[in-house]
Amino acid sequence: MEQLNFDYPSAKRRVIKKAHVGVAGSGDMEILMQPDATGIAHVSVLTSVNGFRSSWQAVLDRFFAKYDGAVQIDINDAGATPGSVMLRLEQAVEVIES
Amino acid sequence: MSTATFIPAFVRRQSFIELDARARAQSLLDPGSWRELVGPFDRIESPWLPEQGIAPQSDDGCVVLKGAIDGKPAVVIALEGKFQGGSMGEVSGAKMTAALDLAARDSQNGKKTAAVLLLETGGVRLQEANLGLAVIAEVMASILALREHAPVITVIAGTVGCFGGMSIAAGLSSYIVMTREARLGLNGPEVIEQESGIEEFDSSDHALIWAINGGEQRVAMGVADELVLDDVQKIAATVQRYVKAGLPQVHRSQQIALYRARIAALDTSRQIDPLSLRESWKEKAKEGVAQ
Repeated sequence: MEQLNFDYPSAKRRVIKKAHVGVAGSGDMEILMQPDATGIAHVSVLTSVNGFRSSWQAVLDRFFAKYDGAVQIDINDAGATPGSVMLRLEQAVEVIES
Repeated sequence: MSTATFIPAFVRRQSFIELDARARAQSLLDPGSWRELVGPFDRIESPWLPEQGIAPQSDDGCVVLKGAIDGKPAVVIALEGKFQGGSMGEVSGAKMTAALDLAARDSQNGKKTAAVLLLETGGVRLQEANLGLAVIAEVMASILALREHAPVITVIAGTVGCFGGMSIAAGLSSYIVMTREARLGLNGPEVIEQESGIEEFDSSDHALIWAINGGEQRVAMGVADELVLDDVQKIAATVQRYVKAGLPQVHRSQQIALYRARIAALDTSRQIDPLSLRESWKEKAKEGVAQ
């Protein structure tokens, strides 16, 4: 079990909605995305697979290169691959920006 | 029905099985009538799973929606089969029990509130041990309390099915609705094979498992009430019909003498096959209704 935290100070655009997507089932993950009170984006990952901080960092860096919403993202991960992580993040954005 | 008309209808129907627990629950309630109780953003997660290196889920795999079905007050409680096999932990069990108890309280105060249980579960969450066992006992007590006042309708759609302690909870409900894809049984096939050997039950033999635990067999035997197509509209209509019907004259689990006699009459000196069991229990099911 590993708890990882990331901050993205460049993501400052205010958002107003919440999104909940995915399931913490094998090879998948759950995302809770909501407006962040501090005005910048924070990501908190709880993952059952240890030792992949750099992979999470890479996927999230790529995600926040495009996305600028000031969101708090909480992830419960049960071993999602980087590709699935990106798809779940994009799905949450689809819900929160719709 | 010609192939030309049959195939488009088959392709167009919206699958219930493919929906997650939340979408399943929403599809049964009148649009706009519902709200979620203790939802994912309330963050009531299992405290036990992370300690064992397992990712928890923000709703603990149990979704509770309060609303109306065909205008009548109802609560829908759905288990998410994709999270830990829909297993019952301390949190998911407490959510289910509390929802059933609130429905019972409303019903006692004159606002009859039916409960719909969407069960996709292997039973107790083994990682939560005694707490899992305890909550299932509480769920059973709460079903018994509510069914004095309002119907408890269990829907087992699949593909996880309903096993373990929760199969007993299903048995206590007023009505059981199943699809052909769903399974209902006390011990799951893998458990039986592990405990009694592959000669007893081959858990890789899907045809055998569905012939015994499958929805078609369970309904034909009279231990479930209705077989429905995996179709959102058909399942919603069936649930509406049972909510409207209210309580059955007698609950299946109250027919103790009937089931004792049925089991006593089984000839275990030879292998009982699913079809003959279906035939002999079907007749007795009719007698049961006549009583």
